[in-house]
Amino acid sequence: MDICDLSIHELHRKLKSKEVSSVEATRAMLSRIETVEPRIGSFITVTHEQALADAEAADKRIAAGEMDVLTGIPLALKDIFLTEGVRTTCGSRILKDFVPPYSATAYEKLKEQGVVLLGKLNQDEFAMGSSNESSAFGITRNPWDTNRIPGGSSGGSAAAVAARLATATLGTDTGGSIRQPASHCGCVGLKPTYGRVSRYGVIAYASSLDQVGPLTRNVTDSAILLGALAGHDPKDSTSVNTPVPDYCAALTGDVKGLRIGLPTEYFIAGLDRDVQAAMNSAIATYRSLGAEFVDITLPHTDYAVATYYLIATAEASSNLARYDGVRFGHRAADAANLLDMYVKSRSQGFGAEVKRRIMLGTYALSSGYYDAYYVKAQKVRTLIMQDFTMAFAGVDVILTPVAPTPAFKIGEKVNDPLQMYLSDIFTIPVNLAGTCALSVPAGFSASGLPIGLQLIGKPFGEETVLRAAHAFEQATEWHTRKAVI
Amino acid sequence: MKISVADVEHVAQLARLELSEDEKSLFAGQMGAILGYVEKLKELNTEGILPTFHAVPMENAFREDLACPSIGVAKALANAPDRVESFYRVPKIIE
Repeated sequence: MDICDLSIHELHRKLKSKEVSSVEATRAMLSRIETVEPRIGSFITVTHEQALADAEAADKRIAAGEMDVLTGIPLALKDIFLTEGVRTTCGSRILKDFVPPYSATAYEKLKEQGVVLLGKLNQDEFAMGSSNESSAFGITRNPWDTNRIPGGSSGGSAAAVAARLATATLGTDTGGSIRQPASHCGCVGLKPTYGRVSRYGVIAYASSLDQVGPLTRNVTDSAILLGALAGHDPKDSTSVNTPVPDYCAALTGDVKGLRIGLPTEYFIAGLDRDVQAAMNSAIATYRSLGAEFVDITLPHTDYAVATYYLIATAEASSNLARYDGVRFGHRAADAANLLDMYVKSRSQGFGAEVKRRIMLGTYALSSGYYDAYYVKAQKVRTLIMQDFTMAFAGVDVILTPVAPTPAFKIGEKVNDPLQMYLSDIFTIPVNLAGTCALSVPAGFSASGLPIGLQLIGKPFGEETVLRAAHAFEQATEWHTRKAVI
Repeated sequence: MKISVADVEHVAQLARLELSEDEKSLFAGQMGAILGYVEKLKELNTEGILPTFHAVPMENAFREDLACPSIGVAKALANAPDRVESFYRVPKIIE
Protein backbone atom coordinates (compact mmCIF):
# COMPACT_ATOMS: atom_id res chain seq x y z
CA MET A 1 0.00 0.00 0.00
CA ASP A 2 1.21 3.51 -0.86
CA ILE A 3 -0.26 6.07 1.55
CA CYS A 4 -0.15 8.69 -1.20
CA ASP A 5 -2.63 6.68 -3.29
CA LEU A 6 -5.32 6.65 -0.61
CA SER A 7 -8.46 8.75 -0.78
CA ILE A 8 -9.84 10.70 2.18
CA HIS A 9 -12.21 8.00 3.37
CA GLU A 10 -9.58 5.25 2.94
CA LEU A 11 -6.92 7.21 4.82
CA HIS A 12 -9.47 8.17 7.49
CA ARG A 13 -10.12 4.48 8.17
CA LYS A 14 -6.39 3.76 8.55
CA LEU A 15 -5.86 6.78 10.80
CA LYS A 16 -8.80 5.72 12.92
CA SER A 17 -7.53 2.15 13.30
CA LYS A 18 -4.05 3.56 14.08
CA GLU A 19 -2.62 1.55 11.18
CA VAL A 20 -1.11 4.81 9.93
CA SER A 21 -0.42 8.08 11.76
CA SER A 22 -1.02 11.51 10.29
CA VAL A 23 2.71 12.25 10.63
CA GLU A 24 3.52 9.14 8.57
CA ALA A 25 0.96 10.09 5.92
CA THR A 26 2.22 13.67 5.84
CA ARG A 27 5.87 12.61 5.57
CA ALA A 28 4.97 10.28 2.71
CA MET A 29 3.23 13.13 0.88
CA LEU A 30 6.09 15.59 1.50
CA SER A 31 8.67 13.13 0.22
CA ARG A 32 6.56 12.40 -2.89
CA ILE A 33 6.20 16.16 -3.43
CA GLU A 34 10.00 16.43 -3.27
CA THR A 35 10.55 13.80 -5.99
CA VAL A 36 7.52 14.29 -8.27
CA GLU A 37 6.62 17.97 -7.96
CA PRO A 38 9.58 19.29 -10.05
CA ARG A 39 8.06 17.49 -13.06
CA ILE A 40 4.55 18.88 -12.44
CA GLY A 41 4.73 22.41 -11.00
CA SER A 42 1.49 22.11 -9.07
CA PHE A 43 2.64 23.95 -5.92
CA ILE A 44 3.56 27.60 -5.47
CA THR A 45 4.40 27.13 -1.78
CA VAL A 46 5.01 23.88 0.13
CA THR A 47 4.35 24.42 3.85
CA HIS A 48 6.69 21.68 5.03
CA GLU A 49 7.02 22.72 8.68
CA GLN A 50 3.40 23.65 9.17
CA ALA A 51 2.32 20.35 7.62
CA LEU A 52 4.32 18.36 10.15
CA ALA A 53 3.09 20.52 13.05
CA ASP A 54 -0.53 20.09 11.83
CA ALA A 55 0.03 16.33 11.59
CA GLU A 56 1.42 16.08 15.12
CA ALA A 57 -1.57 18.02 16.45
CA ALA A 58 -3.90 15.72 14.48
CA ASP A 59 -2.26 12.60 15.90
CA LYS A 60 -2.78 13.94 19.43
CA ARG A 61 -6.41 14.61 18.62
CA ILE A 62 -6.83 11.09 17.22
CA ALA A 63 -5.16 9.60 20.31
CA ALA A 64 -7.58 11.58 22.49
CA GLY A 65 -10.50 10.10 20.56
CA GLU A 66 -11.63 13.48 19.22
CA MET A 67 -11.42 12.60 15.57
CA ASP A 68 -13.44 14.09 12.72
CA VAL A 69 -13.52 12.66 9.21
CA LEU A 70 -10.87 15.13 8.00
CA THR A 71 -8.59 15.00 11.05
CA GLY A 72 -5.02 14.34 9.95
CA ILE A 73 -5.80 14.30 6.21
CA PRO A 74 -3.08 16.05 4.13
CA LEU A 75 -4.74 18.62 1.86
CA ALA A 76 -3.57 21.51 -0.27
CA LEU A 77 -5.37 24.69 -1.32
CA LYS A 78 -5.41 26.71 -4.50
CA ASP A 79 -3.34 29.84 -3.84
CA ILE A 80 -6.52 31.94 -4.05
CA PHE A 81 -7.56 31.03 -0.46
CA LEU A 82 -6.22 33.35 2.22
CA THR A 83 -4.17 31.43 4.77
CA GLU A 84 -3.12 33.47 7.79
CA GLY A 85 0.67 33.57 8.05
CA VAL A 86 1.19 31.60 4.81
CA ARG A 87 2.03 33.54 1.66
CA THR A 88 -0.94 33.79 -0.74
CA THR A 89 -0.17 34.94 -4.29
CA CYS A 90 -3.22 34.13 -6.43
CA GLY A 91 -0.64 33.24 -9.08
CA SER A 92 0.27 36.91 -9.48
CA ARG A 93 3.45 38.94 -9.24
CA ILE A 94 1.40 41.72 -7.64
CA LEU A 95 0.88 39.49 -4.54
CA LYS A 96 4.21 37.66 -4.62
CA ASP A 97 5.07 38.65 -1.03
CA PHE A 98 1.56 38.90 0.40
CA VAL A 99 1.06 37.17 3.76
CA PRO A 100 -2.63 37.37 4.71
CA PRO A 101 -3.63 38.61 8.18
CA TYR A 102 -6.62 36.21 8.31
CA SER A 103 -7.84 32.97 6.71
CA ALA A 104 -10.67 32.13 4.33
CA THR A 105 -13.75 30.61 5.99
CA ALA A 106 -13.32 27.49 3.82
CA TYR A 107 -9.85 26.93 5.30
CA GLU A 108 -11.05 27.78 8.84
CA LYS A 109 -13.71 25.08 8.53
CA LEU A 110 -11.14 22.49 7.46
CA LYS A 111 -8.80 23.59 10.26
CA GLU A 112 -11.57 23.05 12.82
CA GLN A 113 -11.56 19.40 11.75
CA GLY A 114 -7.76 19.23 12.10
CA VAL A 115 -6.57 18.89 8.50
CA VAL A 116 -2.91 19.05 7.50
CA LEU A 117 -1.96 21.89 5.14
CA LEU A 118 0.67 20.69 2.64
CA GLY A 119 0.82 23.95 0.75
CA LYS A 120 -0.65 26.35 -1.76
CA LEU A 121 -1.32 25.33 -5.32
CA ASN A 122 -0.49 26.85 -8.66
CA GLN A 123 -3.25 28.48 -10.71
CA ASP A 124 -3.86 30.87 -13.54
CA GLU A 125 -3.19 34.43 -12.39
CA PHE A 126 -6.28 35.65 -10.46
CA ALA A 127 -8.05 32.48 -11.71
CA MET A 128 -8.14 33.91 -15.24
CA GLY A 129 -7.34 31.12 -17.64
CA SER A 130 -8.15 27.60 -18.78
CA SER A 131 -4.63 26.14 -18.89
CA ASN A 132 -2.57 27.34 -15.88
CA GLU A 133 -0.23 29.03 -18.35
CA SER A 134 -0.98 32.52 -17.02
CA SER A 135 0.56 31.89 -13.57
CA ALA A 136 3.45 34.20 -12.65
CA PHE A 137 5.06 31.18 -10.94
CA GLY A 138 5.52 28.94 -13.96
CA ILE A 139 3.28 26.51 -15.79
CA THR A 140 1.75 23.33 -14.38
CA ARG A 141 2.03 20.10 -16.37
CA ASN A 142 -0.64 17.43 -16.77
CA PRO A 143 0.46 14.26 -14.88
CA TRP A 144 -1.04 12.10 -17.67
CA ASP A 145 1.12 13.76 -20.34
CA THR A 146 3.59 16.40 -19.21
CA ASN A 147 3.54 18.08 -22.64
CA ARG A 148 -0.07 19.02 -22.02
CA ILE A 149 -1.87 21.55 -19.86
CA PRO A 150 -3.71 20.37 -16.71
CA GLY A 151 -6.60 22.76 -17.39
CA GLY A 152 -7.30 25.86 -15.39
CA SER A 153 -7.66 27.90 -13.49
CA SER A 154 -7.47 25.34 -10.65
CA GLY A 155 -4.84 23.44 -12.66
CA GLY A 156 -2.48 22.95 -9.73
CA SER A 157 -5.36 21.62 -7.61
CA ALA A 158 -6.26 18.98 -10.23
CA ALA A 159 -2.66 18.05 -11.10
CA ALA A 160 -1.77 17.59 -7.41
CA VAL A 161 -4.65 15.14 -6.94
CA ALA A 162 -3.80 13.24 -10.15
CA ALA A 163 -0.08 13.06 -9.26
CA ARG A 164 -0.98 11.95 -5.68
CA LEU A 165 0.72 14.99 -4.11
CA ALA A 166 -2.24 15.65 -1.80
CA THR A 167 -5.12 13.47 -0.66
CA ALA A 168 -7.53 16.11 -1.96
CA THR A 169 -7.47 19.81 -2.79
CA LEU A 170 -9.71 22.86 -2.96
CA GLY A 171 -10.23 25.02 -6.00
CA THR A 172 -12.56 27.73 -7.21
CA ASP A 173 -14.83 27.76 -10.26
CA THR A 174 -15.93 30.95 -12.03
CA GLY A 175 -16.45 29.58 -15.55
CA GLY A 176 -15.36 25.95 -15.21
CA SER A 177 -12.13 26.33 -13.23
CA ILE A 178 -12.77 23.25 -11.05
CA ARG A 179 -14.60 21.00 -13.54
CA GLN A 180 -12.39 21.50 -16.61
CA PRO A 181 -9.06 20.71 -14.86
CA ALA A 182 -10.74 17.80 -13.03
CA SER A 183 -11.82 16.45 -16.41
CA HIS A 184 -8.35 16.91 -17.94
CA CYS A 185 -6.57 15.32 -14.97
CA GLY A 186 -9.00 12.47 -14.27
CA CYS A 187 -10.31 13.51 -10.88
CA VAL A 188 -13.69 14.45 -9.43
CA GLY A 189 -14.35 18.20 -9.35
CA LEU A 190 -17.47 19.75 -7.83
CA LYS A 191 -18.74 23.28 -8.32
CA PRO A 192 -21.45 23.77 -5.70
CA THR A 193 -24.45 26.06 -6.16
CA TYR A 194 -23.64 29.76 -5.84
CA GLY A 195 -24.04 30.63 -2.15
CA ARG A 196 -23.58 27.06 -0.88
CA VAL A 197 -19.97 27.67 0.28
CA SER A 198 -18.64 30.92 1.78
CA ARG A 199 -16.41 33.04 -0.44
CA TYR A 200 -15.02 34.99 2.53
CA GLY A 201 -11.25 35.19 2.22
CA VAL A 202 -11.25 33.86 -1.34
CA ILE A 203 -9.55 36.40 -3.60
CA ALA A 204 -12.29 37.76 -5.85
CA TYR A 205 -12.31 37.43 -9.63
CA ALA A 206 -16.00 37.72 -10.68
CA SER A 207 -18.06 37.90 -7.51
CA SER A 208 -21.44 36.90 -8.96
CA LEU A 209 -19.92 33.71 -10.45
CA ASP A 210 -17.06 32.59 -8.14
CA GLN A 211 -17.66 29.47 -6.05
CA VAL A 212 -15.43 27.22 -3.88
CA GLY A 213 -15.32 23.44 -4.34
CA PRO A 214 -13.30 20.25 -3.85
CA LEU A 215 -11.10 18.24 -6.25
CA THR A 216 -10.87 14.64 -5.13
CA ARG A 217 -10.05 11.07 -6.14
CA ASN A 218 -13.65 9.91 -5.95
CA VAL A 219 -17.22 11.03 -5.38
CA THR A 220 -17.35 9.95 -1.72
CA ASP A 221 -14.47 12.34 -0.93
CA SER A 222 -16.31 15.09 -2.80
CA ALA A 223 -19.37 14.54 -0.60
CA ILE A 224 -17.21 14.53 2.54
CA LEU A 225 -15.52 17.83 1.66
CA LEU A 226 -18.72 19.54 0.54
CA GLY A 227 -20.28 18.60 3.86
CA ALA A 228 -17.34 20.22 5.65
CA LEU A 229 -17.38 23.39 3.55
CA ALA A 230 -21.09 24.12 3.03
CA GLY A 231 -23.16 26.43 5.16
CA HIS A 232 -24.04 30.01 5.88
CA ASP A 233 -21.24 32.37 6.85
CA PRO A 234 -22.12 35.72 8.43
CA LYS A 235 -18.94 37.06 6.80
CA ASP A 236 -20.29 36.35 3.28
CA SER A 237 -23.69 37.97 2.82
CA THR A 238 -24.20 36.00 -0.42
CA SER A 239 -23.83 32.65 1.34
CA VAL A 240 -27.24 31.06 1.68
CA ASN A 241 -28.81 30.09 4.97
CA THR A 242 -30.32 26.73 4.08
CA PRO A 243 -29.65 23.51 6.00
CA VAL A 244 -26.65 21.41 4.95
CA PRO A 245 -27.80 17.87 4.17
CA ASP A 246 -25.74 14.74 4.86
CA TYR A 247 -24.16 14.42 1.41
CA CYS A 248 -22.61 11.02 2.15
CA ALA A 249 -26.06 9.63 2.98
CA ALA A 250 -27.11 10.62 -0.56
CA LEU A 251 -24.66 8.10 -2.06
CA THR A 252 -27.12 5.23 -2.28
CA GLY A 253 -25.91 3.82 -5.61
CA ASP A 254 -29.50 3.86 -6.83
CA VAL A 255 -30.36 5.81 -10.00
CA LYS A 256 -33.38 3.75 -11.03
CA GLY A 257 -35.93 6.07 -12.57
CA LEU A 258 -33.58 9.06 -12.42
CA ARG A 259 -34.48 11.36 -15.33
CA ILE A 260 -31.32 12.52 -17.08
CA GLY A 261 -31.53 15.32 -19.65
CA LEU A 262 -29.37 15.37 -22.77
CA PRO A 263 -29.19 18.89 -24.21
CA THR A 264 -28.92 18.86 -28.00
CA GLU A 265 -26.80 22.03 -27.93
CA TYR A 266 -23.97 20.21 -26.09
CA PHE A 267 -23.62 17.32 -28.50
CA ILE A 268 -22.35 19.35 -31.42
CA ALA A 269 -20.67 18.30 -34.64
CA GLY A 270 -17.25 19.64 -33.58
CA LEU A 271 -17.13 17.47 -30.47
CA ASP A 272 -13.92 15.41 -30.23
CA ARG A 273 -14.55 11.80 -31.30
CA ASP A 274 -13.12 10.29 -28.10
CA VAL A 275 -15.20 12.67 -25.96
CA GLN A 276 -18.33 11.69 -27.90
CA ALA A 277 -17.50 8.00 -27.46
CA ALA A 278 -17.06 8.46 -23.69
CA MET A 279 -20.45 10.21 -23.49
CA ASN A 280 -22.14 7.42 -25.46
CA SER A 281 -20.67 4.79 -23.21
CA ALA A 282 -21.70 6.75 -20.08
CA ILE A 283 -25.27 6.98 -21.39
CA ALA A 284 -25.27 3.20 -21.92
CA THR A 285 -23.98 2.69 -18.36
CA TYR A 286 -26.73 4.85 -16.88
CA ARG A 287 -29.35 3.05 -18.98
CA SER A 288 -28.14 -0.28 -17.63
CA LEU A 289 -28.52 1.15 -14.11
CA GLY A 290 -32.15 2.00 -14.79
CA ALA A 291 -31.90 5.74 -15.44
CA GLU A 292 -34.14 7.31 -18.10
CA PHE A 293 -32.95 9.74 -20.76
CA VAL A 294 -34.88 12.75 -21.95
CA ASP A 295 -33.86 14.96 -24.88
CA ILE A 296 -33.89 18.57 -23.74
CA THR A 297 -32.94 21.92 -25.16
CA LEU A 298 -30.93 24.78 -23.64
CA PRO A 299 -31.44 27.17 -26.54
CA HIS A 300 -29.17 30.03 -25.40
CA THR A 301 -26.07 27.87 -24.87
CA ASP A 302 -24.34 29.36 -27.89
CA TYR A 303 -24.47 32.83 -26.26
CA ALA A 304 -22.96 31.80 -22.91
CA VAL A 305 -19.28 32.40 -23.69
CA ALA A 306 -19.98 35.91 -25.00
CA THR A 307 -22.17 36.67 -21.97
CA TYR A 308 -19.53 35.36 -19.57
CA TYR A 309 -16.65 37.32 -21.06
CA LEU A 310 -18.59 40.56 -20.59
CA ILE A 311 -19.91 39.90 -17.07
CA ALA A 312 -16.77 38.24 -15.69
CA THR A 313 -14.40 40.84 -17.09
CA ALA A 314 -16.61 43.73 -15.92
CA GLU A 315 -16.68 42.31 -12.38
CA ALA A 316 -12.94 41.61 -12.55
CA SER A 317 -12.09 45.15 -13.62
CA SER A 318 -13.95 46.40 -10.55
CA ASN A 319 -12.58 43.77 -8.12
CA LEU A 320 -8.99 44.24 -9.25
CA ALA A 321 -9.13 48.01 -8.78
CA ARG A 322 -8.03 47.32 -5.19
CA TYR A 323 -4.50 46.46 -6.36
CA ASP A 324 -3.15 49.98 -6.37
CA GLY A 325 0.04 49.64 -4.34
CA VAL A 326 -1.38 51.48 -1.31
CA ARG A 327 -2.28 48.91 1.35
CA PHE A 328 -0.76 45.60 0.24
CA GLY A 329 0.82 43.99 -2.78
CA HIS A 330 3.47 45.31 -5.11
CA ARG A 331 4.24 49.05 -5.14
CA ALA A 332 6.36 50.51 -7.93
CA ALA A 333 9.53 52.08 -6.57
CA ASP A 334 9.95 54.96 -8.96
CA ALA A 335 6.57 56.71 -8.95
CA ALA A 336 6.49 60.47 -9.56
CA ASN A 337 3.08 60.97 -7.91
CA LEU A 338 0.06 59.04 -6.62
CA LEU A 339 -1.54 58.38 -10.02
CA ASP A 340 1.81 57.30 -11.40
CA MET A 341 2.16 54.93 -8.43
CA TYR A 342 -1.21 53.29 -9.22
CA VAL A 343 -0.40 52.95 -12.90
CA LYS A 344 3.15 51.66 -12.49
CA SER A 345 2.33 49.27 -9.62
CA ARG A 346 -0.53 47.70 -11.58
CA SER A 347 1.34 47.57 -14.86
CA GLN A 348 4.38 45.92 -13.28
CA GLY A 349 2.31 43.57 -11.11
CA PHE A 350 -0.30 42.16 -13.50
CA GLY A 351 0.40 39.68 -16.29
CA ALA A 352 -0.92 39.86 -19.86
CA GLU A 353 -4.15 37.87 -19.42
CA VAL A 354 -5.17 39.85 -16.33
CA LYS A 355 -4.48 43.13 -18.14
CA ARG A 356 -6.47 41.91 -21.14
CA ARG A 357 -9.50 41.05 -19.00
CA ILE A 358 -9.32 44.29 -17.00
CA MET A 359 -9.22 46.15 -20.33
CA LEU A 360 -12.23 44.23 -21.70
CA GLY A 361 -14.22 44.76 -18.51
CA THR A 362 -13.34 48.44 -18.33
CA TYR A 363 -14.41 48.81 -21.96
CA ALA A 364 -17.73 47.01 -21.31
CA LEU A 365 -18.46 49.29 -18.35
CA SER A 366 -17.27 52.52 -19.96
CA SER A 367 -19.50 55.40 -20.91
CA GLY A 368 -21.40 54.75 -24.11
CA TYR A 369 -20.94 50.97 -24.01
CA TYR A 370 -22.48 50.06 -20.65
CA ASP A 371 -25.98 49.35 -22.00
CA ALA A 372 -24.82 47.77 -25.25
CA TYR A 373 -22.44 45.33 -23.57
CA TYR A 374 -22.83 44.96 -19.82
CA VAL A 375 -26.61 45.34 -19.43
CA LYS A 376 -27.21 43.33 -22.60
CA ALA A 377 -25.07 40.49 -21.20
CA GLN A 378 -27.02 40.55 -17.92
CA LYS A 379 -30.28 40.23 -19.85
CA VAL A 380 -28.93 37.27 -21.80
CA ARG A 381 -27.84 35.81 -18.46
CA THR A 382 -31.53 35.85 -17.49
CA LEU A 383 -32.38 33.90 -20.67
CA ILE A 384 -29.65 31.33 -19.92
CA MET A 385 -30.99 30.87 -16.37
CA GLN A 386 -34.51 30.43 -17.73
CA ASP A 387 -33.22 27.70 -20.08
CA PHE A 388 -32.10 25.69 -17.05
CA THR A 389 -35.28 26.37 -15.06
CA MET A 390 -37.40 25.10 -17.93
CA ALA A 391 -35.17 22.06 -18.55
CA PHE A 392 -35.22 21.08 -14.88
CA ALA A 393 -39.02 21.02 -14.90
CA GLY A 394 -38.71 17.70 -16.73
CA VAL A 395 -35.40 16.17 -15.57
CA ASP A 396 -33.48 15.58 -12.32
CA VAL A 397 -30.00 16.07 -13.71
CA ILE A 398 -28.36 17.03 -17.03
CA LEU A 399 -25.52 15.05 -18.60
CA THR A 400 -22.97 16.76 -20.87
CA PRO A 401 -19.27 16.66 -21.71
CA VAL A 402 -17.08 18.90 -19.50
CA ALA A 403 -14.83 20.11 -22.31
CA PRO A 404 -15.05 19.71 -26.10
CA THR A 405 -11.60 18.02 -26.25
CA PRO A 406 -9.17 16.29 -23.87
CA ALA A 407 -6.25 18.38 -22.51
CA PHE A 408 -4.55 20.42 -25.23
CA LYS A 409 -0.80 20.93 -25.66
CA ILE A 410 1.17 23.50 -23.68
CA GLY A 411 1.42 26.66 -25.78
CA GLU A 412 -1.30 25.58 -28.22
CA LYS A 413 -3.77 28.37 -27.41
CA VAL A 414 -1.71 31.05 -25.62
CA ASN A 415 -1.64 33.38 -28.60
CA ASP A 416 -5.34 33.14 -29.35
CA PRO A 417 -7.37 34.19 -26.28
CA LEU A 418 -10.70 33.72 -28.05
CA GLN A 419 -9.95 30.06 -28.81
CA MET A 420 -8.88 29.61 -25.18
CA TYR A 421 -12.17 31.17 -24.00
CA LEU A 422 -14.21 28.87 -26.26
CA SER A 423 -12.74 25.78 -24.56
CA ASP A 424 -15.03 26.62 -21.59
CA ILE A 425 -18.20 26.48 -23.66
CA PHE A 426 -19.82 23.59 -21.70
CA THR A 427 -18.94 24.77 -18.19
CA ILE A 428 -19.70 28.50 -18.36
CA PRO A 429 -23.53 28.27 -18.57
CA VAL A 430 -23.64 26.61 -15.12
CA ASN A 431 -21.87 29.57 -13.49
CA LEU A 432 -24.16 32.03 -15.22
CA ALA A 433 -27.19 30.07 -13.97
CA GLY A 434 -25.61 29.80 -10.50
CA THR A 435 -26.41 26.13 -10.17
CA CYS A 436 -24.22 23.12 -9.27
CA ALA A 437 -22.29 20.66 -11.46
CA LEU A 438 -19.66 17.99 -11.12
CA SER A 439 -17.02 16.39 -13.34
CA VAL A 440 -16.44 12.66 -12.90
CA PRO A 441 -13.94 10.48 -14.85
CA ALA A 442 -15.75 8.81 -17.76
CA GLY A 443 -13.06 7.41 -20.03
CA PHE A 444 -9.79 8.03 -21.83
CA SER A 445 -8.84 9.25 -25.28
CA ALA A 446 -6.98 6.99 -27.71
CA SER A 447 -3.76 8.64 -26.53
CA GLY A 448 -4.54 7.96 -22.85
CA LEU A 449 -5.85 11.35 -21.73
CA PRO A 450 -8.69 11.46 -19.18
CA ILE A 451 -12.17 12.55 -20.26
CA GLY A 452 -14.71 13.86 -17.74
CA LEU A 453 -18.46 13.70 -17.71
CA GLN A 454 -20.44 16.70 -16.43
CA LEU A 455 -23.57 16.23 -14.34
CA ILE A 456 -25.50 19.46 -13.83
CA GLY A 457 -28.00 19.68 -10.97
CA LYS A 458 -30.79 21.99 -9.90
CA PRO A 459 -29.85 24.85 -7.57
CA PHE A 460 -28.92 23.19 -4.23
CA GLY A 461 -29.33 19.81 -5.93
CA GLU A 462 -25.85 18.61 -4.94
CA GLU A 463 -27.26 15.43 -3.36
CA THR A 464 -28.76 14.28 -6.67
CA VAL A 465 -25.61 15.15 -8.62
CA LEU A 466 -23.39 13.30 -6.11
CA ARG A 467 -25.73 10.29 -6.07
CA ALA A 468 -25.74 10.09 -9.88
CA ALA A 469 -21.95 10.47 -10.07
CA HIS A 470 -21.39 7.92 -7.31
CA ALA A 471 -23.60 5.32 -9.03
CA PHE A 472 -21.63 5.83 -12.25
CA GLU A 473 -18.35 5.51 -10.37
CA GLN A 474 -19.52 2.25 -8.78
CA ALA A 475 -20.36 0.87 -12.22
CA THR A 476 -17.09 1.90 -13.92
CA GLU A 477 -13.38 1.71 -13.20
CA TRP A 478 -12.15 4.97 -14.76
CA HIS A 479 -11.48 6.59 -11.38
CA THR A 480 -9.17 3.74 -10.34
CA ARG A 481 -6.60 4.41 -13.10
CA LYS A 482 -3.51 6.28 -12.01
CA ALA A 483 -1.26 8.63 -13.93
CA VAL A 484 2.23 7.13 -14.17
CA ILE A 485 4.55 9.86 -12.96
CA MET B 1 -14.99 44.86 -34.74
CA LYS B 2 -12.25 47.45 -35.10
CA ILE B 3 -10.49 48.61 -31.94
CA SER B 4 -7.84 51.25 -32.57
CA VAL B 5 -4.64 51.87 -30.64
CA ALA B 6 -6.25 55.14 -29.50
CA ASP B 7 -9.22 53.16 -28.07
CA VAL B 8 -6.80 50.91 -26.23
CA GLU B 9 -4.95 53.92 -24.83
CA HIS B 10 -8.22 55.46 -23.61
CA VAL B 11 -9.36 52.25 -21.86
CA ALA B 12 -5.88 51.68 -20.38
CA GLN B 13 -6.01 55.16 -18.90
CA LEU B 14 -9.44 54.41 -17.32
CA ALA B 15 -8.09 51.10 -15.95
CA ARG B 16 -4.92 52.73 -14.58
CA LEU B 17 -2.69 50.62 -16.77
CA GLU B 18 0.34 51.59 -18.80
CA LEU B 19 0.95 49.47 -21.90
CA SER B 20 3.99 49.18 -24.13
CA GLU B 21 3.61 49.96 -27.84
CA ASP B 22 3.72 46.22 -28.56
CA GLU B 23 1.02 45.49 -25.97
CA LYS B 24 -1.17 48.26 -27.40
CA SER B 25 -1.21 46.84 -30.90
CA LEU B 26 -1.55 43.26 -29.61
CA PHE B 27 -4.52 44.21 -27.38
CA ALA B 28 -6.13 46.24 -30.17
CA GLY B 29 -6.23 43.13 -32.36
CA GLN B 30 -7.27 40.72 -29.60
CA MET B 31 -9.92 43.00 -28.10
CA GLY B 32 -11.28 43.60 -31.58
CA ALA B 33 -11.63 39.85 -32.13
CA ILE B 34 -13.24 39.22 -28.72
CA LEU B 35 -15.62 42.19 -28.97
CA GLY B 36 -16.45 41.10 -32.52
CA TYR B 37 -17.39 37.70 -31.12
CA VAL B 38 -19.62 39.13 -28.36
CA GLU B 39 -21.52 41.13 -31.00
CA LYS B 40 -23.53 37.94 -31.46
CA LEU B 41 -25.56 38.86 -28.37
CA LYS B 42 -27.24 41.47 -30.59
CA GLU B 43 -28.96 38.61 -32.43
CA LEU B 44 -31.15 38.11 -29.36
CA ASN B 45 -34.23 40.18 -28.67
CA THR B 46 -34.01 41.06 -24.97
CA GLU B 47 -36.80 43.59 -24.87
CA GLY B 48 -38.73 43.25 -21.63
CA ILE B 49 -36.14 40.87 -20.14
CA LEU B 50 -34.86 41.92 -16.73
CA PRO B 51 -31.09 41.82 -16.20
CA THR B 52 -29.67 39.27 -13.72
CA PHE B 53 -27.10 40.72 -11.35
CA HIS B 54 -26.92 37.70 -9.08
CA ALA B 55 -27.79 34.04 -9.55
CA VAL B 56 -29.47 33.79 -6.16
CA PRO B 57 -32.20 36.36 -5.67
CA MET B 58 -31.63 38.10 -2.36
CA GLU B 59 -32.51 41.23 -0.51
CA ASN B 60 -30.16 43.12 1.74
CA ALA B 61 -28.58 40.85 4.35
CA PHE B 62 -28.90 42.62 7.67
CA ARG B 63 -27.26 41.69 10.95
CA GLU B 64 -27.34 43.05 14.46
CA ASP B 65 -25.18 46.15 14.85
CA LEU B 66 -22.79 44.64 17.37
CA ALA B 67 -19.14 45.46 17.92
CA CYS B 68 -16.90 42.48 17.06
CA PRO B 69 -13.14 42.04 17.38
CA SER B 70 -11.19 43.21 14.31
CA ILE B 71 -7.73 42.25 13.13
CA GLY B 72 -6.12 45.36 14.64
CA VAL B 73 -3.65 47.93 13.35
CA ALA B 74 -0.49 45.82 13.46
CA LYS B 75 -1.93 43.02 11.31
CA ALA B 76 -3.75 45.41 9.01
CA LEU B 77 -0.50 47.27 8.32
CA ALA B 78 1.73 44.20 8.13
CA ASN B 79 1.57 44.14 4.32
CA ALA B 80 1.84 47.89 3.81
CA PRO B 81 4.45 48.72 1.15
CA ASP B 82 5.23 51.93 3.05
CA ARG B 83 3.96 53.15 6.42
CA VAL B 84 4.49 55.69 9.11
CA GLU B 85 3.25 55.02 12.64
CA SER B 86 -0.27 53.62 12.15
CA PHE B 87 -0.75 55.04 8.65
CA TYR B 88 -0.13 54.00 5.07
CA ARG B 89 2.31 56.38 3.40
CA VAL B 90 1.72 57.37 -0.24
CA PRO B 91 3.26 59.98 -2.55
CA LYS B 92 2.08 63.53 -1.98
CA ILE B 93 -1.46 64.05 -3.32
CA ILE B 94 -1.92 67.82 -3.09
CA GLU B 95 0.93 69.87 -4.50
